[in-house]
Amino acid sequence: MLSYLLFTLTLGGIYGLLALSLNLIWGGAGMVNLGLAGFFAVGAYATALVTGAGAPLVVGWGAAVVVGLAAGVIVTFCTLRLRDDYLAIVTLGFAEVVRLVALNERWLTKGADGISGIQAPLKAELGIAGFNLFYLGVVTVIVAIVWYGLRRLDQAPYGRALRAIREDQELARFAGKRVLRFKFEAFALSAAIAALAGALYAHYASYVSPDHFQPLITIYIFLGVTAGGVGRPLGALIGGYAVVAFLEATRFLAAAVPGLSPVQHAALREILVGLALILVLHLRPQGLLPERIPPAPRVS
Amino acid sequence: MDPGLRRDDGHRHFPMTAAFAQAVLNGIMNGALLAVPAVGFTMIFAVLRYPNFAIAAYISTGALAGWVVNTTIGGGALAALAAAVLAAGIVGVIVEEAALSRLRPSGALTVAIASIAANLVVENILRFAFGNDLRGYDLPLRPDFRFADLRFGPQAIETFLLAVAVMAALFVFLRFARLGRAMRAVADNPDLARLKGISPRRIAMVAVFLGAGLAGGGGVLLGLDTAIDPLTGYRVLLSVFAAAVLGGLGSIPGAVVGALAIGLAEEIAMLGIPATYRSAIGFAAILLILTFRPRGLLGERAA
Repeated sequence: MLSYLLFTLTLGGIYGLLALSLNLIWGGAGMVNLGLAGFFAVGAYATALVTGAGAPLVVGWGAAVVVGLAAGVIVTFCTLRLRDDYLAIVTLGFAEVVRLVALNERWLTKGADGISGIQAPLKAELGIAGFNLFYLGVVTVIVAIVWYGLRRLDQAPYGRALRAIREDQELARFAGKRVLRFKFEAFALSAAIAALAGALYAHYASYVSPDHFQPLITIYIFLGVTAGGVGRPLGALIGGYAVVAFLEATRFLAAAVPGLSPVQHAALREILVGLALILVLHLRPQGLLPERIPPAPRVS
Repeated sequence: MDPGLRRDDGHRHFPMTAAFAQAVLNGIMNGALLAVPAVGFTMIFAVLRYPNFAIAAYISTGALAGWVVNTTIGGGALAALAAAVLAAGIVGVIVEEAALSRLRPSGALTVAIASIAANLVVENILRFAFGNDLRGYDLPLRPDFRFADLRFGPQAIETFLLAVAVMAALFVFLRFARLGRAMRAVADNPDLARLKGISPRRIAMVAVFLGAGLAGGGGVLLGLDTAIDPLTGYRVLLSVFAAAVLGGLGSIPGAVVGALAIGLAEEIAMLGIPATYRSAIGFAAILLILTFRPRGLLGERAA
């Protein structure tokens, strides 16, 4: 039971990071990233390969962040000038291509078998229970640091500029903001955070395969961010944890229905996730903790 | 992707030119099938101005509805197609009214996200009812015939003709029918159309019914030759998007041209790269188009 709780909290932290990543661009700049699962995967594979080649853990995480940044730059390169619908379509395609590459380039990713035996830091020294507790601590500290940084960013002039772009690009441009550059930076940073979440996941599970990065994850995170509060880092973070709790709850809920085949059980859980997202969008689109827009400073 | 889903093209033994000609032929047929759901997607975009991701579930809905008609009461391809258009159209209208229409004031992206959630719900209702198994239509097997080194499958030709007929009917409707012309008016300029006494709500319903119905019809056409399951639509989603983006989002003739181009590109690319990367072709095409001609081939608005 304790290990189940630790597992849920660790996963909650990882989803919380993904939620922070999505909130930065969606809540911040009003862009969508439907390829979150792809950036998550890119980070996980990057650290799995780099540490697998013998590099220390920190280098692996660094590599994940760099690769995430690079992927973010590539994806936004040709879409930023266009309507946001195009970015949605391109990011969705990006996640699919990442999955195809992970499945088919066996020399690099071992295909559907996945990469196993990824370093789990101090697992040998601490034992399984000790490792789970230790890693929960590591994830929580990293999540807290990222959250704090994003909160600062959100309250800084930078965050206000992003929100201005979200509300009205033309106006922001007229006010002298370099709109494209802001969007570019925000997306790349967001992609890097998602990749970092992937790296944390890889060393926790010790195993990555294409199955771990289904497009469904992106929908889970959208549910978390919408329910928690779009545009407020704390809301998004709580949403990340909440969505893990919700997913676990659907497991029990679906199990309570008698006479279901495993496929039907899985289908029922996903129906609940989809319905939850639709309901939140209709009933409380501002989320649990609505965005706070501070009043403009008084000019004397 | 599961190799069982692809039909055996069997052109590997031919010399390169014949292989190329076969790829062009297959590409045109493939593109014609792709055009049907791509037009459905772009039609909803033209009238309602949001990308409807639930199109994947509508394709699967149609494919399975057609399969039910085909295997339980023995309906042929035409009956399956009609059932698919009707079933997917109705599901599309229900989803639009129940889950999407009230979100329109919050902006296109919010509706698009809700459509992803709706896609998940519909897809999993299908999975709940039908399971994950691959199913094939029950149609008579007929041998391929050959003409100048090229292979023609009778089923592929019939499917191609059905796709062309569906497109032709649609163009007649949009060009001559009152409702079709009203729809084009709304797509062109909603405010002016309202002044002329056209009800935007009614036109939105018609566009969603037709758009989802076309997606469903496309599901049957794509399924006749291969095998289908609840994820059939999701697998072709990128190709459908690519066709619509290539032609210019919201342009119906553009979607047809875009679908032919993507169909050709996919088949020709398969001569050089592994078939597992088929759906990456659409993605590559989207990136290229958006970089060099963001309006698409025939589209107007992109920025």
